[in-house]
Amino acid sequence: MSQELIKLIDLSRCTACRGCQIACKQWNELPASRTKNTGSYQNPPDLQWNTWTLIRFQEHEDQSGNVKWLFRKDGCMHCTDAGCVKVCPTEALYHTEFGNVSLNVDKCIGCKACMYACPFGVPKFNAATNKIYKCDLCYTRLQGNQLPACVLSCPTGALQIGPKDIMLTKAYKRAKALGGDASVYGDKFVDGTHVVYVLPEKADVYDHLPQDPKIPLQIIVWKEFLKPAGLMVAGAVVAGAFLHYITHGPKMPEEEITSEGGDKS
Amino acid sequence: MTNHYIDLKNSDCILIMGSNAAENHPIAFKWILRAKDRGAKIIHVDPRYTRTSARCDYHVPLRSGTDIAFLGGMIKYIIDNNLIQDEYVKYYTNASQIINANYDFQDGLFAGFDAEKRSYNKKTWTTEKDEKGIPVRDYTLENPRCVYQMLKKHYERYTLEKVSSITGVSKENLLKVYKEYGATGAPDKAGTECYALGWTHHTTGSQIIRAMSIIQLLLGNMGVCGGGINALRGEPNVQGSTDHAILYNILPGYLKMPSGSLDTLTKYNEKYTSKSTDPQSANWYQNYPKYTVSFLKAMWGDEATPENDFGYSWLPKLDEGKHYSAMHTIDAMYAGKIKGFFAYGSNIAVSSPNSNKVRKGLQKLKWMVNVNLFDNETSSFWKGPGVDPKAVDTEVFLLPASASMEKAGSQSNSGRWVQWRYRAANPPGEAMSDGTITMLIMDAIRALYREEGGPCWEPILNLKWDYRNSLGRFDPLKVAKQINGHYTRDLVIEDKVTGAKEVNKKGETVPSFAKLMTDGSTACGNWLMAGSFDQKGENRMAKRGKEDPTGLGLYPDWAFAWPLNRRIIYNRASCDPQGKPYNPKMKLLEWVGDRWVGDVADGPWPPLADKEKGKFPFIMKADGVGAIFGPGMVEGPFPEHYEPLEGPLTKNPISGQLLNPAVTVFKSDLDKVANADQKYPYVCTTYSATEHWCSGFTRWQPWLLEAMPEAYIEISNKLAEKLGLKNGERVKVASIRGEVTCVAMVTKRLKPFEVEGKVIHQVGMPCNYGWFNPVETADDSVNHLTPAVGCPNTFCPEYKAFMVNVSKA
Repeated sequence: MSQELIKLIDLSRCTACRGCQIACKQWNELPASRTKNTGSYQNPPDLQWNTWTLIRFQEHEDQSGNVKWLFRKDGCMHCTDAGCVKVCPTEALYHTEFGNVSLNVDKCIGCKACMYACPFGVPKFNAATNKIYKCDLCYTRLQGNQLPACVLSCPTGALQIGPKDIMLTKAYKRAKALGGDASVYGDKFVDGTHVVYVLPEKADVYDHLPQDPKIPLQIIVWKEFLKPAGLMVAGAVVAGAFLHYITHGPKMPEEEITSEGGDKS
Repeated sequence: MTNHYIDLKNSDCILIMGSNAAENHPIAFKWILRAKDRGAKIIHVDPRYTRTSARCDYHVPLRSGTDIAFLGGMIKYIIDNNLIQDEYVKYYTNASQIINANYDFQDGLFAGFDAEKRSYNKKTWTTEKDEKGIPVRDYTLENPRCVYQMLKKHYERYTLEKVSSITGVSKENLLKVYKEYGATGAPDKAGTECYALGWTHHTTGSQIIRAMSIIQLLLGNMGVCGGGINALRGEPNVQGSTDHAILYNILPGYLKMPSGSLDTLTKYNEKYTSKSTDPQSANWYQNYPKYTVSFLKAMWGDEATPENDFGYSWLPKLDEGKHYSAMHTIDAMYAGKIKGFFAYGSNIAVSSPNSNKVRKGLQKLKWMVNVNLFDNETSSFWKGPGVDPKAVDTEVFLLPASASMEKAGSQSNSGRWVQWRYRAANPPGEAMSDGTITMLIMDAIRALYREEGGPCWEPILNLKWDYRNSLGRFDPLKVAKQINGHYTRDLVIEDKVTGAKEVNKKGETVPSFAKLMTDGSTACGNWLMAGSFDQKGENRMAKRGKEDPTGLGLYPDWAFAWPLNRRIIYNRASCDPQGKPYNPKMKLLEWVGDRWVGDVADGPWPPLADKEKGKFPFIMKADGVGAIFGPGMVEGPFPEHYEPLEGPLTKNPISGQLLNPAVTVFKSDLDKVANADQKYPYVCTTYSATEHWCSGFTRWQPWLLEAMPEAYIEISNKLAEKLGLKNGERVKVASIRGEVTCVAMVTKRLKPFEVEGKVIHQVGMPCNYGWFNPVETADDSVNHLTPAVGCPNTFCPEYKAFMVNVSKA
């Protein structure tokens, strides 16, 4: 039986070298987008269907006028009580034996419900393939007893992965050693995430980091009361698609990737 | 590095100054963070707040080009507060020696200056010797002309007020750094310094490093775990290329390049062989002739004989007093004096200073060969911006090279670890390794010489040139063995003491440079690398043992570290004159019974207290001690603050000499200078982004380009406000030499300085971009702005401080 794993992101050791961001693209064969410099080191500007992890750069001025440059590796938090898994009508999103949330792209019907269900804004839609994409914590690598690509690439030890209890102990020990405003983020909501941060600054200082992440109420309603009906709807979609297929022939994903993810290489 | 990467973890205080370690040496930063975990203070002193600053205990901003003022202030602080490691300074440095009575320093100039030649006659930059030729010493350090007192006098002027006014660093910040770093003068504490191009890229570059060396000697931080002066060198194998002499002024192993007046081997060896009559000085460079003869034997094999001076006359000679650095070469190219040019693995149209001059120079060539992974701004200069291809006669050859993963060979890291690497993939298409390209070109040249003859045929046709394997391909192992050295005949060496005889067979690899001979019985391409193979021919560079017997991270069985697998050089200085480690918690070395235990010791001799056989620890110096007084430098034995060629001031606040007096100033019509000119009011510095490699072949890598897509200039929010610029807006940046476009990155991380009562704005730009790609922006090289001027010791260009203007594009 495989153990529940946690990926620990110790932001006090992150140098924002972006090795993780690039390694993720390499291992998962994600094409690059043609970006612009918008006056920030952060690029691409946000998570995208082809950018599953991203270093966010943030200039923060504290009350006494000291400027700090904060870095945060953003990406899927792999929730235990995962809104995306709850809402997915086709079980394309699912929990694995390691506790991470993986994605079977073949099953995804592009309904985008997970995008609304995720409190962290992680799943991203690709119009060209009509599917969503996100980090699966390198599930196939974990199966092969290999580190996720991001963890493997990290030169400073800011990224680690290991059994849940050991990682949580480490996280709390580190936060304590750092002192001041340092805290652990991730274990106190959505029944615990499988990605946990050690934050050197107060959590509310970080941009795009929800303070009280929750699955939206309507999702809970969906899951508990309406999902059976929803699946019937999904069934109707499949039936409709089949009808479409026999009347119009197969609809292939567009060859040309849209401007959001144009691969010029 | 005097030490090595892993050793950074052993430090109590790491001063990162002249380096952006987290961005440009990300792996090194792992060890810096380990030190931080142990409670070490990590300090970043830099004009910019960078990703390094974000992970340090604190960042101290300093105006570009004022490092010597900052460090001079630290020397004064250490002396005034008596923080020196007393015993170390007395016995292991030249602090106690007495300086020549005619040596002098007045208003920024040392004795012996020739204003016309912009150079010094150094005859008074000496210390006194007694009748036996041994340095006169005053161990009380009280003689007013002893090095220590003269040092104190020299830096008296570097008061907190003065240093603050020059550097723009607040007095509080100066004191904070001085106090924290000065505390490493305690015998059981070690401070280290990490620098990189942030120090070398100045007209005072070498002297900045010298200033830090003085601090390290005063605090007893050289030769110890967690100490040293640590140059973080680049991914392009900078360490390996200097070790193996990819510079005009040295031969492999840092032997001197001969000049024309040294027309015989005897004269050459006489000039460079170090002499000492002090019985307590090991004076290692007395062995110099062994290394030169063995090098000549490696070059010309059996053709090098005692009768023909081992082929010494076949070595090219420098013209007396002339320099041949990249900047001098480009200057000669622009003057039309150069016919052909090899741009080997380089992109000088982007990377060399004053790109306009470089690109005009390239147009004057008859032919140029660029050996590279990609077509670039250099090979395509003839169709660059503003160039009419029809008007260019230069014939350009682009030879596709293989990348580092596509060839086997050695790679030397900054810690002098030479690691053998295997080929991971075959090069694509017609691409070849540099070794193969070089071999094929030389084969063709030799064939032409054989068929047609030609001038200077001896060095070419006599060259030992048998580096093919059994399949006829270039064999890097054969080259490596030739570099390591071998016995050229059967050689029996008799131990003078024990009488034991050691039999060495012809062709066996030499296991140490101590075995090299002056009679031609050994050949060795680079004496520092002797021992990279053991005598049985095993490649020690390929070793991957993970044992760490000392627990200090030395890993003696992982690869080979020159010299002789020594992991920390000058390590005998980590022990007191009795051979006991100054820091018992970090026993790098200890004299136990009749031998040293720990790292490979800097020589077998007992510690200094043994008056008969004991030796001083700095064995590469003729007097055996660390040089606080350093007459080897061209611009003075004590580092002195001078302003950059282009700065914001009309007068040097500390002396009457604005610019380093020994600097060479090029005189072509394109070498324009605008010092303290209101048209170019902002101090600019340049650097490499983490995401790109040097002159930017990573611009072809879509993921890296996605992360850092366009050229940019970092400017403070205060300056942006003054100029009415918005973040992300496109701007024009101009110096008197040229103009480029890029994106404005407005940031609170940069802050204006107060210098000599004026507000001075500092900006910074990366050096990784050029017009060739990406085509969408075509932002050109920042080196259109930089001046071609450099450190007079190394001719490393001043990329880090010059003046620009910024305006809306």
